[in-house]
Amino acid sequence: MDKQLTTPLTAMLQPGGMPLDVTGYEQAGGYEALRKALTMTPEAIIAEVKRSKLRGRGGGGFPTGRKWEAVPAGPGAPRQRYLVVNADEMEPCSFKDRLLLERTPHQMIEAVIISAFAIQADIAYIFVRAEYVLAIQRLTRAAAEAQSRGYLGANILGSGFALTIHVHASGGRYICGESSALLTALEGRRPLPRSRPPRSAMSGLWGKPSVVNNVETLCNIPHIITHGADWFLSLSRCADGGTKLYGMSGRVQRPGLWELPLGTKLTEILEEHAGGMQPGYECRAVLPGGGSTAFVMRDDFDVAMDFTAMRTVGSSLGTGNILALDDRRCPVGMLHNLEHFFAQESCGWCTPCRDGLPWVERILAAIEAGEGEAGDLDTLAHHVSFLHSDSTFCDLAPGAMAPLGSALKHFRAEFEQHIREKRCPWHDTAEGWA
Amino acid sequence: MSTAEQDRRDAPLEAGLRQEIAALAQHAGHKRAASTDALKLVQKHFGYVSDQHLAEVAALLEMTPAELDSVATFYNLIFRRPVGRHVILLCDSVACWVMGAAAARAQLHERLGINPGETTADGRFTLLPIVCLGHCDHAPAMMIDEDQYGDLDPAGLDAILEGYK
Repeated sequence: MDKQLTTPLTAMLQPGGMPLDVTGYEQAGGYEALRKALTMTPEAIIAEVKRSKLRGRGGGGFPTGRKWEAVPAGPGAPRQRYLVVNADEMEPCSFKDRLLLERTPHQMIEAVIISAFAIQADIAYIFVRAEYVLAIQRLTRAAAEAQSRGYLGANILGSGFALTIHVHASGGRYICGESSALLTALEGRRPLPRSRPPRSAMSGLWGKPSVVNNVETLCNIPHIITHGADWFLSLSRCADGGTKLYGMSGRVQRPGLWELPLGTKLTEILEEHAGGMQPGYECRAVLPGGGSTAFVMRDDFDVAMDFTAMRTVGSSLGTGNILALDDRRCPVGMLHNLEHFFAQESCGWCTPCRDGLPWVERILAAIEAGEGEAGDLDTLAHHVSFLHSDSTFCDLAPGAMAPLGSALKHFRAEFEQHIREKRCPWHDTAEGWA
Repeated sequence: MSTAEQDRRDAPLEAGLRQEIAALAQHAGHKRAASTDALKLVQKHFGYVSDQHLAEVAALLEMTPAELDSVATFYNLIFRRPVGRHVILLCDSVACWVMGAAAARAQLHERLGINPGETTADGRFTLLPIVCLGHCDHAPAMMIDEDQYGDLDPAGLDAILEGYK
């Protein structure tokens, strides 16, 4: 079957890893979606995206069409408007956006132009983490090639629509992936999240209407325009539309990324695509969609990896990039690693996050070192119940509590064993290569 | 660090560099929006951003030094202290942790005699921890300067270090 119709996001990946240049991309059908989109009205594009049930692939899962619709439209609406691509992929164990940026840069550029047209933005930013050196080079080149072909600039393909794309390299900080902090970073300020309301759609970059979308989310847009919402809905195995770039890392036979129907079962990804665990390792649990998602235990691996079904097992889809916890690694040690990350990356603005996360990290370090005390698990549980989105400024700390809360439930015996025996039962394998 | 190098770092920014920063500020529309790019440009030339250079950049961007420093110190990849000729960024996030990043760190410590945050006595390497590099299917992973490495193992790690003098 035609790959463009079953795995649209990755259909244009070339063997060998090099991306298509503008000519190759055109020959493969690239920029045809843009030509079609420019014959449509922005309202019609937004309506089609709404009907496709495309939801955000960066972790939030917000319906893309509804996000766009919130931008004030019509002749009296404020200019300028901004479209911003969140390519600040820093969620632990997530590596899907890198693939799209490095290997399909023209797909990204075409997606940005169509999406900017839909919200009538005149300037677009692609905010890329600094470590993605290759992605930054290839996007910059692709944007220049697109400009030379008349896909960008003052009068795109004679339509009267004008757009400039800036590729911005970050200075490196996890909180920049939070959409309002990302906008603050683009303004050159210390990138702290902003209070809401107002929503960015009303008052974002430089106080103007702005939309921030994830890389994978936007890369779906040209295909929705070309093939339509009904086709997009038919791709998935759930109520929401499309495919998903699932990934898997950890001690599996074949770590990697696969574009599969949204709603593919976790067990299918682990056993068929990742090839199961390496010999001598057992999978005890997974982080299904990054460091901010709750553990899914082995008994629940039959769950479909979609926005709704993941809730039924107490977790969430997140980025859909799965990490396996095997039986040779300590769950408490893993939690300590995760909470170290969140404590370090807290922006420090609100007290519960700034003070709470280091406290959690210290307790976990003590338990792992055999110095845990009787009340420690209650203190950790208190943080899980306290650091929710009503008491913190943004979602960083609540995200940090997702794996901890689930671990306190599912790995209770292991935590208690550490405290009782005053040692880590996995101590002998904790520092090794394998 | 040689005296000549130290002098260069303490000297005012050359006219060419000041012009480049002014151009970045112009291009950005709002001068302040160029803060990250300008800091990186200075860092590219000098390895890090000194107090003197920070103050100069701040003036060019019409920011106070404190405002610009609140940006500079926020980012993991803007260095406010001198670093070695090569910077090793070793991923310390969870996928690499599962796959043996602690062993890679131990081996780097053994070979280079430095812990994360330190620079070798000969100024060859600075070792820094870095958050998830998005290279998880090839964990454990690291970067040296702008080069990316994955699937690290004991022999491979030694061979990689040999390429940086």
